[in-house]
Amino acid sequence: MKIVICGPGCASCEKAKKTVEQAVQDRGIDAIIEKETDFAEMAKMGIFSTPAVVIDGEVKCVGRAPERSEVDTWLS
Amino acid sequence: MKPIESPPCGCIRTPSGRNRQRLVRNLVLFIPGLALWWLVYSRLDPVSRFLTYDLFGLSRDSHLGETVQFFIFEVPKVMLLLTLIVFLVGIIRSFFTQERTRRYLAGKRESAGNVMAALLGIVTPFCSCSAVPLFLGFVQAGVPLGVTFSFLIAAPMVNEIALVLLYGLLGWQVAAIYLTSGLVIAMVAGWIIGRLHLEGWIEDWVQEMRAGEAVVMEEKLTWADRIERGRIAVRDIVGKVWPYVVAGIGVGAAIHGYVPEDFMASIMGKDAWWSVPAAVLVGIPMYSNAAGIVPIVEALLGKGAALGTVLAFMMSVIALSLPEMVILRKVLKPKLIAVFIAVVGSGILFTGFLFNMLF
Repeated sequence: MKIVICGPGCASCEKAKKTVEQAVQDRGIDAIIEKETDFAEMAKMGIFSTPAVVIDGEVKCVGRAPERSEVDTWLS
Repeated sequence: MKPIESPPCGCIRTPSGRNRQRLVRNLVLFIPGLALWWLVYSRLDPVSRFLTYDLFGLSRDSHLGETVQFFIFEVPKVMLLLTLIVFLVGIIRSFFTQERTRRYLAGKRESAGNVMAALLGIVTPFCSCSAVPLFLGFVQAGVPLGVTFSFLIAAPMVNEIALVLLYGLLGWQVAAIYLTSGLVIAMVAGWIIGRLHLEGWIEDWVQEMRAGEAVVMEEKLTWADRIERGRIAVRDIVGKVWPYVVAGIGVGAAIHGYVPEDFMASIMGKDAWWSVPAAVLVGIPMYSNAAGIVPIVEALLGKGAALGTVLAFMMSVIALSLPEMVILRKVLKPKLIAVFIAVVGSGILFTGFLFNMLF
Protein backbone atom coordinates (compact mmCIF):
# COMPACT_ATOMS: atom_id res chain seq x y z
CA MET A 1 0.00 0.00 0.00
CA LYS A 2 1.32 3.42 -0.91
CA ILE A 3 0.03 6.48 0.91
CA VAL A 4 0.88 10.01 -0.20
CA ILE A 5 0.25 13.02 2.03
CA CYS A 6 0.09 16.21 -0.03
CA GLY A 7 0.85 19.55 1.55
CA PRO A 8 3.55 22.20 1.90
CA GLY A 9 4.24 21.27 5.51
CA CYS A 10 2.05 23.56 7.56
CA ALA A 11 0.39 22.59 10.83
CA SER A 12 -2.65 20.85 9.35
CA CYS A 13 -0.51 18.87 6.86
CA GLU A 14 1.65 17.67 9.73
CA LYS A 15 -1.48 16.69 11.58
CA ALA A 16 -2.74 14.70 8.59
CA LYS A 17 0.61 12.91 8.35
CA LYS A 18 0.69 12.07 12.06
CA THR A 19 -2.88 10.74 12.03
CA VAL A 20 -2.15 8.47 9.04
CA GLU A 21 1.19 7.28 10.43
CA GLN A 22 -0.37 6.45 13.77
CA ALA A 23 -3.21 4.54 12.13
CA VAL A 24 -0.81 2.55 9.93
CA GLN A 25 1.35 1.71 12.93
CA ASP A 26 -1.56 0.72 15.18
CA ARG A 27 -3.08 -1.53 12.55
CA GLY A 28 0.28 -3.06 11.65
CA ILE A 29 -0.20 -2.36 7.94
CA ASP A 30 2.70 -2.65 5.53
CA ALA A 31 2.53 0.74 3.86
CA ILE A 32 4.93 3.28 2.42
CA ILE A 33 4.05 6.82 3.48
CA GLU A 34 5.40 9.61 1.31
CA LYS A 35 5.11 13.38 1.46
CA GLU A 36 4.39 15.42 -1.63
CA THR A 37 5.30 19.09 -1.35
CA ASP A 38 5.43 19.96 -5.07
CA PHE A 39 2.30 21.88 -6.03
CA ALA A 40 2.70 21.03 -9.72
CA GLU A 41 2.63 17.31 -8.88
CA MET A 42 -0.47 17.83 -6.75
CA ALA A 43 -2.15 19.72 -9.59
CA LYS A 44 -1.53 16.72 -11.87
CA MET A 45 -3.55 14.61 -9.44
CA GLY A 46 -6.30 17.23 -9.41
CA ILE A 47 -5.53 18.40 -5.90
CA PHE A 48 -6.09 22.12 -5.41
CA SER A 49 -6.42 22.38 -1.69
CA THR A 50 -4.27 20.93 1.03
CA PRO A 51 -3.79 18.78 2.98
CA ALA A 52 -4.82 15.82 0.85
CA VAL A 53 -4.47 12.09 1.38
CA VAL A 54 -3.95 9.75 -1.58
CA ILE A 55 -4.00 5.97 -1.07
CA ASP A 56 -2.83 3.79 -3.97
CA GLY A 57 -3.48 6.57 -6.46
CA GLU A 58 -6.97 7.30 -5.16
CA VAL A 59 -7.62 10.72 -3.60
CA LYS A 60 -9.36 10.09 -0.28
CA CYS A 61 -9.51 13.52 1.27
CA VAL A 62 -8.93 17.09 0.08
CA GLY A 63 -8.64 20.36 1.93
CA ARG A 64 -8.53 19.23 5.54
CA ALA A 65 -6.77 16.87 7.89
CA PRO A 66 -8.82 13.68 8.27
CA GLU A 67 -10.01 12.34 11.59
CA ARG A 68 -8.61 9.06 12.83
CA SER A 69 -11.94 7.25 12.38
CA GLU A 70 -11.96 8.18 8.67
CA VAL A 71 -8.42 6.93 8.15
CA ASP A 72 -9.41 3.67 9.78
CA THR A 73 -12.22 3.13 7.27
CA TRP A 74 -9.83 3.77 4.34
CA LEU A 75 -7.27 1.32 5.66
CA SER A 76 -9.66 -1.49 6.51
CA MET B 1 -14.63 17.58 -12.60
CA LYS B 2 -15.03 14.00 -11.55
CA PRO B 3 -16.86 13.21 -8.36
CA ILE B 4 -15.39 10.53 -6.17
CA GLU B 5 -17.29 7.32 -5.71
CA SER B 6 -15.89 5.99 -2.46
CA PRO B 7 -16.95 7.59 0.82
CA PRO B 8 -14.81 10.71 1.24
CA CYS B 9 -13.78 12.55 4.39
CA GLY B 10 -16.41 12.85 7.06
CA CYS B 11 -18.80 10.69 5.16
CA ILE B 12 -18.68 7.46 7.05
CA ARG B 13 -22.00 5.95 6.18
CA THR B 14 -24.08 5.40 9.23
CA PRO B 15 -27.62 4.11 9.36
CA SER B 16 -30.03 7.04 9.68
CA GLY B 17 -31.14 5.78 13.11
CA ARG B 18 -27.64 6.20 14.48
CA ASN B 19 -27.44 9.60 12.86
CA ARG B 20 -30.55 10.76 14.64
CA GLN B 21 -29.14 9.41 17.87
CA ARG B 22 -25.95 11.41 17.32
CA LEU B 23 -27.93 14.55 16.55
CA VAL B 24 -30.02 14.17 19.72
CA ARG B 25 -26.87 13.57 21.75
CA ASN B 26 -25.21 16.65 20.24
CA LEU B 27 -28.26 18.82 20.95
CA VAL B 28 -28.56 17.50 24.51
CA LEU B 29 -24.99 18.64 25.09
CA PHE B 30 -25.38 21.85 23.12
CA ILE B 31 -28.42 23.49 24.76
CA PRO B 32 -27.36 23.23 28.44
CA GLY B 33 -23.85 24.13 27.21
CA LEU B 34 -25.20 27.37 25.77
CA ALA B 35 -27.09 28.17 28.99
CA LEU B 36 -23.97 27.55 31.04
CA TRP B 37 -21.99 29.71 28.61
CA TRP B 38 -24.40 32.61 29.13
CA LEU B 39 -24.41 32.20 32.90
CA VAL B 40 -20.61 32.33 33.13
CA TYR B 41 -20.35 35.15 30.57
CA SER B 42 -22.79 37.41 32.42
CA ARG B 43 -21.03 36.90 35.80
CA LEU B 44 -17.50 37.70 34.61
CA ASP B 45 -17.35 41.36 35.57
CA PRO B 46 -18.41 41.05 39.26
CA VAL B 47 -16.32 37.89 39.70
CA SER B 48 -13.18 39.52 38.25
CA ARG B 49 -13.69 42.51 40.56
CA PHE B 50 -14.21 40.29 43.57
CA LEU B 51 -11.06 38.28 42.83
CA THR B 52 -8.87 41.32 42.21
CA TYR B 53 -9.99 43.78 44.86
CA ASP B 54 -11.40 41.58 47.63
CA LEU B 55 -9.60 38.27 47.40
CA PHE B 56 -6.18 39.52 46.23
CA GLY B 57 -6.65 42.76 48.15
CA LEU B 58 -5.31 45.01 45.37
CA SER B 59 -6.20 48.68 45.48
CA ARG B 60 -8.85 49.87 43.02
CA ASP B 61 -6.78 52.85 41.95
CA SER B 62 -3.42 51.12 41.61
CA HIS B 63 -1.83 50.35 38.25
CA LEU B 64 -1.43 46.73 39.25
CA GLY B 65 -5.04 46.43 40.34
CA GLU B 66 -6.35 47.78 37.03
CA THR B 67 -4.01 45.54 35.07
CA VAL B 68 -4.95 42.40 36.98
CA GLN B 69 -8.69 43.09 36.86
CA PHE B 70 -8.52 43.75 33.11
CA PHE B 71 -6.68 40.47 32.60
CA ILE B 72 -8.96 38.36 34.80
CA PHE B 73 -12.03 39.83 33.13
CA GLU B 74 -10.89 39.76 29.51
CA VAL B 75 -9.22 36.34 29.24
CA PRO B 76 -12.31 34.25 30.07
CA LYS B 77 -14.58 36.69 28.22
CA VAL B 78 -12.58 36.52 25.01
CA MET B 79 -12.11 32.76 25.31
CA LEU B 80 -15.87 32.27 25.76
CA LEU B 81 -16.71 34.46 22.77
CA LEU B 82 -14.04 32.74 20.72
CA THR B 83 -15.31 29.26 21.53
CA LEU B 84 -18.89 30.09 20.63
CA ILE B 85 -17.99 31.81 17.37
CA VAL B 86 -15.47 29.25 16.19
CA PHE B 87 -18.11 26.60 16.83
CA LEU B 88 -20.76 28.45 14.80
CA VAL B 89 -18.31 29.31 12.00
CA GLY B 90 -17.22 25.65 11.90
CA ILE B 91 -20.85 24.71 11.23
CA ILE B 92 -21.29 27.46 8.60
CA ARG B 93 -18.07 26.43 6.85
CA SER B 94 -19.32 22.88 6.49
CA PHE B 95 -21.66 24.33 3.85
CA PHE B 96 -18.78 25.88 1.87
CA THR B 97 -15.76 24.15 0.40
CA GLN B 98 -12.98 25.54 -1.75
CA GLU B 99 -14.21 23.30 -4.58
CA ARG B 100 -17.67 24.79 -4.44
CA THR B 101 -16.34 28.34 -4.24
CA ARG B 102 -14.13 27.73 -7.27
CA ARG B 103 -17.12 26.44 -9.20
CA TYR B 104 -19.20 29.53 -8.29
CA LEU B 105 -16.43 31.89 -9.37
CA ALA B 106 -15.41 30.10 -12.57
CA GLY B 107 -18.27 31.46 -14.62
CA LYS B 108 -18.28 34.99 -13.19
CA ARG B 109 -17.42 38.19 -15.05
CA GLU B 110 -15.11 40.69 -13.42
CA SER B 111 -17.11 43.22 -11.34
CA ALA B 112 -19.75 40.81 -10.06
CA GLY B 113 -17.00 38.23 -9.62
CA ASN B 114 -14.97 40.60 -7.42
CA VAL B 115 -17.96 41.19 -5.14
CA MET B 116 -18.76 37.53 -4.88
CA ALA B 117 -15.15 36.47 -4.37
CA ALA B 118 -14.76 38.91 -1.49
CA LEU B 119 -17.94 37.64 0.18
CA LEU B 120 -16.97 33.99 -0.32
CA GLY B 121 -13.56 34.81 1.11
CA ILE B 122 -15.20 35.26 4.51
CA VAL B 123 -16.98 31.91 4.72
CA THR B 124 -14.71 29.57 2.74
CA PRO B 125 -12.26 27.59 4.86
CA PHE B 126 -8.81 28.94 4.06
CA CYS B 127 -5.37 28.96 5.57
CA SER B 128 -2.46 30.87 4.10
CA CYS B 129 -0.48 27.66 3.47
CA SER B 130 -3.15 26.47 1.07
CA ALA B 131 -2.99 29.76 -0.85
CA VAL B 132 -0.83 28.28 -3.62
CA PRO B 133 -2.94 25.23 -4.49
CA LEU B 134 -6.02 27.42 -4.23
CA PHE B 135 -4.45 29.87 -6.67
CA LEU B 136 -3.57 27.03 -9.09
CA GLY B 137 -7.12 25.68 -8.84
CA PHE B 138 -8.59 29.09 -9.63
CA VAL B 139 -6.25 29.53 -12.62
CA GLN B 140 -7.10 26.05 -13.87
CA ALA B 141 -10.84 26.72 -13.54
CA GLY B 142 -10.46 29.97 -15.50
CA VAL B 143 -11.29 32.37 -12.66
CA PRO B 144 -10.03 35.86 -13.73
CA LEU B 145 -6.85 37.04 -11.97
CA GLY B 146 -8.53 40.08 -10.37
CA VAL B 147 -11.35 37.94 -8.99
CA THR B 148 -8.80 35.50 -7.56
CA PHE B 149 -7.09 38.40 -5.81
CA SER B 150 -10.37 39.65 -4.34
CA PHE B 151 -10.66 36.23 -2.73
CA LEU B 152 -7.03 36.10 -1.60
CA ILE B 153 -7.34 39.55 0.00
CA ALA B 154 -10.70 39.05 1.71
CA ALA B 155 -9.97 35.56 3.08
CA PRO B 156 -7.35 36.63 5.64
CA MET B 157 -8.41 40.29 5.98
CA VAL B 158 -12.05 39.81 6.94
CA ASN B 159 -11.44 37.38 9.73
CA GLU B 160 -14.47 36.05 11.57
CA ILE B 161 -12.52 35.81 14.83
CA ALA B 162 -11.43 39.46 14.60
CA LEU B 163 -14.96 40.49 13.66
CA VAL B 164 -16.53 38.86 16.68
CA LEU B 165 -13.86 40.05 19.09
CA LEU B 166 -14.29 43.62 17.84
CA TYR B 167 -18.03 43.24 18.40
CA GLY B 168 -17.51 41.81 21.87
CA LEU B 169 -14.85 44.26 23.02
CA LEU B 170 -15.68 47.47 21.13
CA GLY B 171 -19.30 47.27 20.02
CA TRP B 172 -21.10 46.60 16.76
CA GLN B 173 -20.19 49.90 15.11
CA VAL B 174 -16.47 49.16 15.05
CA ALA B 175 -17.18 45.59 13.91
CA ALA B 176 -19.38 46.88 11.08
CA ILE B 177 -16.74 49.40 10.00
CA TYR B 178 -14.10 46.69 9.94
CA LEU B 179 -16.30 44.30 7.95
CA THR B 180 -17.39 46.89 5.39
CA SER B 181 -13.99 48.44 4.79
CA GLY B 182 -12.32 45.01 4.55
CA LEU B 183 -14.83 43.89 1.93
CA VAL B 184 -14.57 47.13 -0.05
CA ILE B 185 -10.76 46.97 -0.09
CA ALA B 186 -10.85 43.35 -1.30
CA MET B 187 -13.37 44.14 -4.06
CA VAL B 188 -11.70 47.33 -5.30
CA ALA B 189 -8.10 46.08 -5.02
CA GLY B 190 -9.00 42.88 -6.90
CA TRP B 191 -10.81 44.89 -9.54
CA ILE B 192 -7.81 47.21 -10.01
CA ILE B 193 -5.39 44.28 -10.30
CA GLY B 194 -7.73 42.76 -12.88
CA ARG B 195 -7.81 46.03 -14.88
CA LEU B 196 -4.01 46.15 -14.94
CA HIS B 197 -3.88 42.87 -16.91
CA LEU B 198 -0.92 41.40 -15.11
CA GLU B 199 -1.43 37.79 -16.19
CA GLY B 200 2.11 37.83 -17.61
CA TRP B 201 3.49 38.32 -14.10
CA ILE B 202 2.31 34.92 -12.95
CA GLU B 203 5.22 32.43 -12.81
CA ASP B 204 5.74 30.64 -16.13
CA TRP B 205 5.37 27.13 -14.75
CA VAL B 206 1.81 27.96 -13.70
CA GLN B 207 0.90 28.92 -17.26
CA GLU B 208 2.47 25.73 -18.60
CA MET B 209 1.06 23.56 -15.86
CA ARG B 210 -0.68 20.44 -17.07
CA ALA B 211 -3.21 20.05 -14.34
CA GLY B 212 -5.42 17.05 -13.87
CA GLU B 213 -9.14 17.37 -13.50
CA ALA B 214 -10.01 18.80 -10.11
CA VAL B 215 -10.99 16.15 -7.61
CA VAL B 216 -14.30 17.05 -6.04
CA MET B 217 -15.43 15.58 -2.79
CA GLU B 218 -19.18 15.18 -2.88
CA GLU B 219 -19.90 15.14 0.79
CA LYS B 220 -23.27 14.25 2.16
CA LEU B 221 -23.21 15.81 5.59
CA THR B 222 -25.94 15.43 8.14
CA TRP B 223 -26.61 17.99 10.85
CA ALA B 224 -24.90 15.68 13.31
CA ASP B 225 -21.80 15.82 11.05
CA ARG B 226 -21.96 19.62 10.87
CA ILE B 227 -22.18 20.01 14.65
CA GLU B 228 -19.27 17.59 14.85
CA ARG B 229 -17.33 19.89 12.45
CA GLY B 230 -18.04 22.81 14.76
CA ARG B 231 -16.69 20.84 17.70
CA ILE B 232 -13.55 19.88 15.76
CA ALA B 233 -13.06 23.53 14.76
CA VAL B 234 -13.19 24.56 18.42
CA ARG B 235 -10.69 21.87 19.36
CA ASP B 236 -8.29 22.78 16.53
CA ILE B 237 -8.59 26.58 16.37
CA VAL B 238 -9.15 27.51 20.02
CA GLY B 239 -6.52 24.95 20.96
CA LYS B 240 -4.07 26.73 18.66
CA VAL B 241 -4.81 30.42 19.22
CA TRP B 242 -5.32 30.57 22.99
CA PRO B 243 -1.67 31.44 23.76
CA TYR B 244 -1.95 34.38 21.32
CA VAL B 245 -5.13 35.52 23.03
CA VAL B 246 -3.61 35.33 26.49
CA ALA B 247 -0.42 37.09 25.33
CA GLY B 248 -2.47 39.74 23.51
CA ILE B 249 -4.63 40.38 26.56
CA GLY B 250 -1.50 40.47 28.72
CA VAL B 251 -0.05 43.26 26.57
CA GLY B 252 -3.47 44.92 26.49
CA ALA B 253 -3.75 44.71 30.28
CA ALA B 254 -0.32 46.27 30.76
CA ILE B 255 -1.22 49.15 28.42
CA HIS B 256 -4.56 49.50 30.18
CA GLY B 257 -3.01 49.72 33.66
CA TYR B 258 0.31 51.47 33.14
CA VAL B 259 0.10 53.71 30.06
CA PRO B 260 -1.20 57.14 31.05
CA GLU B 261 -4.60 58.27 29.77
CA ASP B 262 -4.33 60.03 26.39
CA PHE B 263 -0.72 58.97 26.04
CA MET B 264 -1.48 57.41 22.67
CA ALA B 265 -3.24 60.55 21.47
CA SER B 266 0.07 62.21 20.64
CA ILE B 267 1.57 59.35 18.60
CA MET B 268 -1.50 57.49 17.34
CA GLY B 269 -4.05 60.28 17.55
CA LYS B 270 -5.95 62.03 14.78
CA ASP B 271 -3.66 64.98 14.56
CA ALA B 272 -0.60 62.92 13.76
CA TRP B 273 -1.27 62.37 10.04
CA TRP B 274 1.89 60.30 9.63
CA SER B 275 0.66 57.77 12.16
CA VAL B 276 -1.52 55.99 9.59
CA PRO B 277 1.28 55.19 7.08
CA ALA B 278 3.58 54.39 10.00
CA ALA B 279 0.99 51.96 11.40
CA VAL B 280 0.68 50.22 8.01
CA LEU B 281 4.47 49.97 7.55
CA VAL B 282 4.97 48.59 11.06
CA GLY B 283 2.11 46.15 10.52
CA ILE B 284 3.32 44.51 7.27
CA PRO B 285 6.28 42.51 8.64
CA MET B 286 4.38 41.78 11.86
CA TYR B 287 2.37 38.64 11.87
CA SER B 288 -0.09 37.89 14.57
CA ASN B 289 -3.20 35.94 14.93
CA ALA B 290 -6.33 38.09 14.66
CA ALA B 291 -7.36 36.81 18.08
CA GLY B 292 -4.21 38.21 19.66
CA ILE B 293 -4.29 41.63 18.01
CA VAL B 294 -7.81 42.69 18.99
CA PRO B 295 -7.19 43.00 22.76
CA ILE B 296 -4.20 45.24 21.96
CA VAL B 297 -6.39 47.29 19.65
CA GLU B 298 -8.95 47.72 22.41
CA ALA B 299 -6.32 48.89 24.88
CA LEU B 300 -4.79 51.37 22.39
CA LEU B 301 -8.20 52.86 21.61
CA GLY B 302 -8.86 53.23 25.34
CA LYS B 303 -5.73 55.35 25.67
CA GLY B 304 -6.67 57.86 23.01
CA ALA B 305 -5.40 56.29 19.79
CA ALA B 306 -7.52 57.21 16.76
CA LEU B 307 -9.87 54.58 15.34
CA GLY B 308 -8.60 54.87 11.75
CA THR B 309 -4.97 54.49 12.78
CA VAL B 310 -5.64 51.45 14.95
CA LEU B 311 -7.83 49.85 12.29
CA ALA B 312 -5.11 50.41 9.66
CA PHE B 313 -2.56 48.82 11.96
CA MET B 314 -4.75 45.80 12.60
CA MET B 315 -5.62 45.25 8.93
CA SER B 316 -2.02 45.57 7.90
CA VAL B 317 -0.94 43.01 10.49
CA ILE B 318 -3.52 40.38 9.53
CA ALA B 319 -3.96 40.99 5.77
CA LEU B 320 -0.41 41.68 4.61
CA SER B 321 1.86 39.14 6.18
CA LEU B 322 5.40 38.26 5.22
CA PRO B 323 4.90 34.46 5.45
CA GLU B 324 2.00 34.64 2.98
CA MET B 325 4.10 36.69 0.55
CA VAL B 326 6.87 34.09 0.72
CA ILE B 327 4.32 31.37 -0.07
CA LEU B 328 2.73 33.33 -2.93
CA ARG B 329 6.19 33.97 -4.40
CA LYS B 330 6.05 30.38 -5.70
CA VAL B 331 3.31 31.33 -8.17
CA LEU B 332 3.71 35.11 -8.58
CA LYS B 333 6.65 37.07 -9.93
CA PRO B 334 8.07 39.66 -7.50
CA LYS B 335 6.56 42.50 -9.57
CA LEU B 336 3.05 41.15 -9.06
CA ILE B 337 3.64 40.70 -5.33
CA ALA B 338 4.81 44.32 -5.17
CA VAL B 339 1.64 45.47 -6.96
CA PHE B 340 -0.44 43.35 -4.58
CA ILE B 341 1.19 44.92 -1.50
CA ALA B 342 0.95 48.42 -2.98
CA VAL B 343 -2.74 48.16 -3.92
CA VAL B 344 -3.86 46.57 -0.65
CA GLY B 345 -1.59 48.87 1.38
CA SER B 346 -3.11 51.93 -0.31
CA GLY B 347 -6.58 50.61 0.42
CA ILE B 348 -5.74 50.21 4.11
CA LEU B 349 -4.12 53.65 4.17
CA PHE B 350 -7.23 55.20 2.64
CA THR B 351 -9.46 53.43 5.19
CA GLY B 352 -7.28 54.72 8.03
CA PHE B 353 -7.43 58.32 6.85
CA LEU B 354 -11.15 58.08 6.12
CA PHE B 355 -12.08 56.92 9.62
CA ASN B 356 -9.75 59.38 11.29
CA MET B 357 -11.59 62.09 9.37
CA LEU B 358 -15.09 60.78 10.14
CA PHE B 359 -14.71 60.11 13.87
